[in-house]
Amino acid sequence: MSAKSTVRLQREPFDVAAEAAKLTRGRTDVGAVVTFTGICRGDEAGEPIAALTLEHYPGMAEAEIERHVAEANERWPLMGVAVIHRYGRIAPGEDIVMVATASSHRQAAFAAAEFLMDYLKTRAPFWKQVEKSGGISWVDARQADDTAADRWRTPRKPQAAE
Amino acid sequence: MKLRYFAWVRERIGKPEEDIDIPANVTTVGQLMAFLATRGEEYAHAFDNPKVIRAAIDKAHVNGQASIKNAGEIAFFPPMTGG
Repeated sequence: MSAKSTVRLQREPFDVAAEAAKLTRGRTDVGAVVTFTGICRGDEAGEPIAALTLEHYPGMAEAEIERHVAEANERWPLMGVAVIHRYGRIAPGEDIVMVATASSHRQAAFAAAEFLMDYLKTRAPFWKQVEKSGGISWVDARQADDTAADRWRTPRKPQAAE
Repeated sequence: MKLRYFAWVRERIGKPEEDIDIPANVTTVGQLMAFLATRGEEYAHAFDNPKVIRAAIDKAHVNGQASIKNAGEIAFFPPMTGG
């Protein structure tokens, strides 16, 4: 099975619908596309924020995401994957990250999208800074994100098709 | 050895990267952090809680026991908060 994958880091906004459409264009074997979009919220811990600024480690961020896309392809029968992550300054309401996965059935597409997001949050070298009226501070890593990524460590077989 | 720093590790040290000579008895990532912490107040501040600092050799995650022999580039950074 050939799964085409796109991994891209960029400052500019992306178009989720256009990226998802690319996964099915010209083929009729895809039965499910799952897209996840991470969006900049306008508040953090009840306080309004002006913006997030994302720093990343160029080269490693792409490599780390590509490693996880390759792992997702080994674990699930995927027909296409797109991961796009923005960096730089992002205002509330703007998209930060998107993951789209295509497969013949929904289980693989859902599971792979969740797996990729869980790993992206804990293993891809990005760091968020938050601007509030009181100043700028680094966002702390959340234990819940580590826990979410850890649950994939128990090897699972791809689910049987519905 | 080329070292790179990101996020608040970079801010505390005050530079994004540097080339430094590393003593021969420093052979692991953990030992390198301990050595860096002795290079001045800003480094001591950056590495004051080495358990939370993550490291990568040549753009791949490593732990504190990893050998720095043959490393081209070693990076130090806080836990990641992307996504």
